[in-house]
Amino acid sequence: MASANGDKVELGFNIVTVTKQKKDWILLSLRVVAFLATASATIVMATNKQTKSLVVATIGTTPISVTLTAKFSHTPAFVFFVVANGCASLHNLAMIAMDMLGAKFDCKGLRFALIAILDLMAVALASAGDGAATFMSELGKNGNSHARWDKICDKFEPYCNRGGIALITSFIGNVLLLIITVMSIIKVLKQNRLNHVGP
Amino acid sequence: MAKTWRICLLLLRFLAFSATLASVIVVTTSHERVSFLTISIEAKYTNSAAFKYFVIAYSIVTVYGFLVLFLPQESLLWRLVVALDLVFTVLLISSISAALAIAQVGKKGNDYAGWLPICGQVPKYCDRVTGGLAAGLIAVITYIVLLLHSIHTVLDPLLLRKN
Repeated sequence: MASANGDKVELGFNIVTVTKQKKDWILLSLRVVAFLATASATIVMATNKQTKSLVVATIGTTPISVTLTAKFSHTPAFVFFVVANGCASLHNLAMIAMDMLGAKFDCKGLRFALIAILDLMAVALASAGDGAATFMSELGKNGNSHARWDKICDKFEPYCNRGGIALITSFIGNVLLLIITVMSIIKVLKQNRLNHVGP
Repeated sequence: MAKTWRICLLLLRFLAFSATLASVIVVTTSHERVSFLTISIEAKYTNSAAFKYFVIAYSIVTVYGFLVLFLPQESLLWRLVVALDLVFTVLLISSISAALAIAQVGKKGNDYAGWLPICGQVPKYCDRVTGGLAAGLIAVITYIVLLLHSIHTVLDPLLLRKN
């Protein structure tokens, strides 16, 4: 059944109509905040470094000092944290760019589905990074008396504080990413309802 | 054809449930007591906060997995299953990542922080926890597959259904 002057022709299968959609400002602003949160978590943790020199002995009149460094790259969990948050912030940046610049690309009607799936992957990655880094920093803060692992936060307090700030910012980004994922999935549901393909 | 697909899905959900159950049981029953000279060291999963989080998260998902096995096909609750699948998959991913991070420190130690590996002293405990984490990894991968399938079935995002 083809309409004479309409712009929607119904053939044997469903065609997705690319109608002019109102810009979703809430989703865009959530994405911007999530991008800022994950990007700042990455940068704060990646520049987390503290050097401390302790005098261990004195020979005659010259003191011998040992330099200890605390870097994020010493701990594999923090390296994973930086990589995961970096990927999540790149994903957010790509989604913002796609929302603002590529509104006409529809990818054969799969646009919303692709965005939902990529959001799912980003939230999974970010939550994995958060989980690992949280417990690693808890270990550094409290130590583990059963395994004879001393805590390091009393000796390297600024390092620990910066790590804590990066962690909190990453949590905010993670929660926002989860909300964004739910909104993207709801968008897919609405799009399907609009095109008469419903569950 | 649809019947075999349904049985396949049921088997996949059963695999996920049994993997989470197995990892909970293995990690919970792993404890070893080692004594040399006059000191005795006991290694339990409760010694580490990450393993406690791991066991709690996986027990919650085991109960959820058990309940979903009995959901009839045409029930309206499958929409809720999509949302709960998402939440529980993210929970599983976070907990296995935390447990793996702490287990890696236990196995390799951390030279910079002066933390010695403990696997040399309590090898049986180490092996059991490794087995529990491996089962947990299988559970996570199965849940990711199930999540993608739930979204596909309920929402049909790739527009494969022709109505």
